[in-house]
Amino acid sequence: MNKMESMSGAKALMKAMEKEGVKQVFGLPGGANLPMYDEFSRCDIRHILVRHEQSAAHMADGFGRVSRKPGVCFATSGPGATNILTGIATAQADSAPMVAVTGQVPVAMIGRDAFQESDIIGMANPVVKYAFQPRTAAEIPETVKKGFFIAETGRPGPVLIDIPKDVQTNESEMIFPDEFKIQGYHPWADPDIVNVEKAIDMLLHSEKPIILAGGGTIISSAFAELQAIAEALMLPVVTTFKGKGAFPENHPLSLGPIGMHGHAEANKMMAEADCVLAIGTRFSDRSVGTFEAFEKRLKIIHMDVDPAEIGKNQTTQVAVVGDVRASLRIMVKLLLQKQIKKTEENTWIKHVKETKDYWKENLKLHPGEMGAAKLLRKLRELLPKESVVTTEVGQHQMWASLFYDVIQPGTFFSSTGLGTMGWGFPAAIGAKVAKPDVPVVDIAGDGSFSMTENSLATAVLEDIPVIVFLLNNSSLGMVAQWQRTFYGRRMNGVEQNHCPDYVKLAESYGAQGIRAQSIDELDKAIKTALSSDVATVIDIPIDPEEDVLPFVAPGTSLSDMILPS
Amino acid sequence: MWAILSILVENKPGILFKITHLFRSRNFNIDSISVGVTENPDYSKMTITTYGDEKQVEQIVKQLDKMIDTVKVEHLDEHKTVYRELSLFKIKLSNANDSMEINKLANAYGGKVHDVKKESIMVELTATPDQIQAFEELAKPFGIIDVARTGVAALQRSGA
Repeated sequence: MNKMESMSGAKALMKAMEKEGVKQVFGLPGGANLPMYDEFSRCDIRHILVRHEQSAAHMADGFGRVSRKPGVCFATSGPGATNILTGIATAQADSAPMVAVTGQVPVAMIGRDAFQESDIIGMANPVVKYAFQPRTAAEIPETVKKGFFIAETGRPGPVLIDIPKDVQTNESEMIFPDEFKIQGYHPWADPDIVNVEKAIDMLLHSEKPIILAGGGTIISSAFAELQAIAEALMLPVVTTFKGKGAFPENHPLSLGPIGMHGHAEANKMMAEADCVLAIGTRFSDRSVGTFEAFEKRLKIIHMDVDPAEIGKNQTTQVAVVGDVRASLRIMVKLLLQKQIKKTEENTWIKHVKETKDYWKENLKLHPGEMGAAKLLRKLRELLPKESVVTTEVGQHQMWASLFYDVIQPGTFFSSTGLGTMGWGFPAAIGAKVAKPDVPVVDIAGDGSFSMTENSLATAVLEDIPVIVFLLNNSSLGMVAQWQRTFYGRRMNGVEQNHCPDYVKLAESYGAQGIRAQSIDELDKAIKTALSSDVATVIDIPIDPEEDVLPFVAPGTSLSDMILPS
Repeated sequence: MWAILSILVENKPGILFKITHLFRSRNFNIDSISVGVTENPDYSKMTITTYGDEKQVEQIVKQLDKMIDTVKVEHLDEHKTVYRELSLFKIKLSNANDSMEINKLANAYGGKVHDVKKESIMVELTATPDQIQAFEELAKPFGIIDVARTGVAALQRSGA
């Protein structure tokens, strides 16, 4: 226990955050958080100003996913707090560590419909891992410590700390505790070795086993363990979209993401497998199609840190609860102890490789020079392997899933759970803050980028040079594709009509704008952007009629792919 | 199946909202709910009864257990549990015999009679939901004017 010091709630907040190692926050000031903002001038925490609170949350989210430490965002009360909610919900859906700090009207005004009052605790509760509202200044140090602990441990997630204005200004004797207890929170479970043994046994006795790596594999950095197991047991690896890049996508055993817009070879092999080792995944409908079809034909081994995920969407035969890296380490150890290693290629692996080769050769691509596959492969060719990529939400996101291979695990991030348009660009800014020495690229579509394009101001003024790789089909492409496919080409509300001009838009913010209308121009544009010290938007006009294929229609199974004709 | 869940929670404002919201957001139904502070004022105990198949009930328990404000969540075995609900029935009296008949009925179910008026009688019954349901069926012909039920409170038997 540290000695008591007298200070205001706002100052205690800064001090508590410094103790948690916070170096920067993303936010926007307002009336109800001004006492906290006043303290930024008296502490070492950098404040990065955003133009909309939603972007502050996405930046904190991007920072959190890359650094695996909670990103911090600030908003004022009322509309500031409600604006930040979409970003909080996004982090919750993808288990990203985040601490959101909102201002609130003074305690005595709560519940009286005061100016800019909103019941943000009530609104946020369904989309946070936990929400606090300290009612006295003295509560702040312990609240912050608990908040950061909850946000980053177990299955990570967003924590909201809503602080009434008078709690920020009141002075109190503060105790900054080193220890605390949260009775109902048990983020760690030791994986059961017996169940890991059962899992090995089940994999060894299956004819067509496969690994399905989800986002939890990335969150726990279980890359080396995953690769060791795949190579030891000669298991092909598919990922969920959130797990994309958990396994190097240039590895011979990699098949890439499964799901609605998964690789044809990944969906085919997943549909043929008889046993799956599912790691850190919630079996989203976008990944596995209809739940019933999936579990009917498969033996499922499920590893997850969250016990509530076991059996939620799929019935499992073997469950291993615990941090997936710890579980996989036990598995690696057991494989070594028992000297289990398959080196010869069996019938299943041969079939997997043949299927992969077939689809790599025969998947029909857009015939034009500016087809999505060619553009994304050019990006991959020119980006160093350690570069971090985020995506917006839409067709470009799914093309990235199909055609941008992640070579270094844990360098690809997307809004996969909530599917939040506007996520990628601010998340890229947060990612660049976390990893300033590597290139950070937002693979974007014009529709999604439009939602948070004002973050260009933050990128320029705060000197955070990220690259926006903008596949511009001048429409809400994925909605347009669904209207073409399922609604008889009745195109409503999808055309963006080349507005705005993204080169001029970038320039108006003081960023660099480059239009690339050929592969040669794109080559030059990417090289220019990579050597630039200012944020760059590469505007790449593409065919508005290009579809994302293969495609598993909603409510169908992975074996029912719509393929390019 | 009908399930009785006993949930020990931190005694803080807003917990009831969080628990009931969890049921709504996860698409589970609450059949009955009762809440009261325990012998330790830091904790409250909620008893929630719900319907679902085995997998659904298991999932409800896991989701409740995951909540940071829940200290302990138990799915009680109804055969090893004492569970009771309090109910109040206001019943119409149409003729002179009704009062005597309803008294007999109340006695048969271990109920107590209150507030006897010329036109109505009130019966208090503490029993299992099944017994209360059965009483209600038998009282219906007299004319039930109003009913209030508390929801189940439950404790596991010692040694169970």
